[in-house]
Amino acid sequence: MAALTLVLESLTYRYAGALRPSLHEVSLELREGEVLGLVGASEAGKTTICLVASGLAPRTVGGTLSGRLLLDGEDTAPLAMHDLAGRIGIAFASPATQLSGVAATVYEEVAFGPMNLGVPRSELIARTEEALSALRIESLADRDPAQLSGGQQQLVAIAGLLALRPAHLVLDEPTAQLDPAGTAMVAAALAGLAANGASILVAEQKTDLLAGICSRVAAIDAGRVVLDGPAVEVLADPRLTDLGVAPPAAVRLRRAAAEANLPAASLARLADAIAEVPPR
Amino acid sequence: MTNLTLEAVTYRYPHGGTLALDGIELHIGTGERVALIGQNGSGKTTLVRHLNGLLRPTSGRVLHDGRDVARQTVAQLARAVGLAFQDPDRQIFAGSVRREVEFGPRNLGMSGGELRTAVDTALAVVGLGEEADSNPYDLGASRRKLLALASVQAMGTPVLVLDEPTTGQDMRGVEIVKRVIAAAHAAGRTVIAISHDMEFVAASFDRVVVLREGRVILDGGPASVFAEASWDALRSTCLEPPLPAVIGSHLRVGDTPTDDALLAAL
Repeated sequence: MAALTLVLESLTYRYAGALRPSLHEVSLELREGEVLGLVGASEAGKTTICLVASGLAPRTVGGTLSGRLLLDGEDTAPLAMHDLAGRIGIAFASPATQLSGVAATVYEEVAFGPMNLGVPRSELIARTEEALSALRIESLADRDPAQLSGGQQQLVAIAGLLALRPAHLVLDEPTAQLDPAGTAMVAAALAGLAANGASILVAEQKTDLLAGICSRVAAIDAGRVVLDGPAVEVLADPRLTDLGVAPPAAVRLRRAAAEANLPAASLARLADAIAEVPPR
Repeated sequence: MTNLTLEAVTYRYPHGGTLALDGIELHIGTGERVALIGQNGSGKTTLVRHLNGLLRPTSGRVLHDGRDVARQTVAQLARAVGLAFQDPDRQIFAGSVRREVEFGPRNLGMSGGELRTAVDTALAVVGLGEEADSNPYDLGASRRKLLALASVQAMGTPVLVLDEPTTGQDMRGVEIVKRVIAAAHAAGRTVIAISHDMEFVAASFDRVVVLREGRVILDGGPASVFAEASWDALRSTCLEPPLPAVIGSHLRVGDTPTDDALLAAL
């Protein structure tokens, strides 16, 4: 009961006005400190899972949901969105949907979430500065969020999420707008939160990123979970490409080499080199 | 036919804003495929917005075929350079997919059968042929991005500029973007794209220009820009070479920016 878990139990969800459900009996379980990667082609249902897992659907989005969403063993059905806000953080691919639009500076934007949850001033300052520093955007603190580049705005949005210190996080393609450096910073921030016990659900196209931070990966196709297992196994599963998911570069390269009928010695050289070069 | 030249182009955002471009010298010839890379805030988007007059240099000159664009209107420049934005929702406004794609070429004077063919072809290339009558906002974000790409592609401008075309695309979407670039290249058009996806850059472009703090720090083919000698410069703008380049260097089999190049070298 005390363990921080996020459990999706046979969730079927239909958007308001839709003829068919977008999710069919989706079951996923995240233990304390676990990072679960979610992969799938565009429109396979990754965003919908994120909306349901964060409680936004149906509370804010509408639609009908069956099955149960359990937070630390507790059924969330009776809970209102503001009850969930301090416990589950959600980030979207586009910072425009995330930023408050009312904060004049990046500092105020990052402080906006915890301030609205009534966090006392001294702790508010500590949390805001820690979040800015985790994503190395201290130098942006006095800037107007509206004047930043798309990638910088996304780092600000994620810093705002970190400042809430949620026990559970749901992120929908959080690095889509980011350059490799920003992507690496978000990966490090997520790994740090997981090490502190947060359970994290992260949908991503960047399987190289997932390979670095996930213990488990689930693949979605047409609203159903079709693969769910240890990250190394799922990311190397040949069915992933049939699902429209690009495998990590190392997997892709190994497979291309196998298909190119290279001599065994060359394949072995390549496999050794892949293992020896530092992970990206 | 449009070749593009930037001569000592400097751009400072108004009201004491940042110096986004700091003396850019760049010549892009007709039919080249050029990738612009560099960390967020290095000046990539600011640079491409000078190519079609959306931004005018603070100092220096932008030339189309040797003519200073300062004397040309945005409408004139739009005939030469089509730009697909990073965020398609800043671009899409029509009530149907077909009308969205028609808008640009119609404004350039296309009509009748020619317009219909341009629109149908552009939609087919991005896999939206079945969606011509759909509302753009019934498409998911990644297909809206492909729609924006089709809209710019349909204009048939000599220069096609794509701002992060593969962002948010799944594997199939990336293949479509590569196909659009290949088709434009085969038609003799110049393609310029901003990207953070080094594998895509190495596979689809002949030339890679690396920006840092508003300056060009590397400019060459993928083999040389991703070669070990360039890694320090790449890392100074927070970029990592693609995996096959790293492996090729580790195995000392030469400069191998793509999977194919590496496998051939083994």
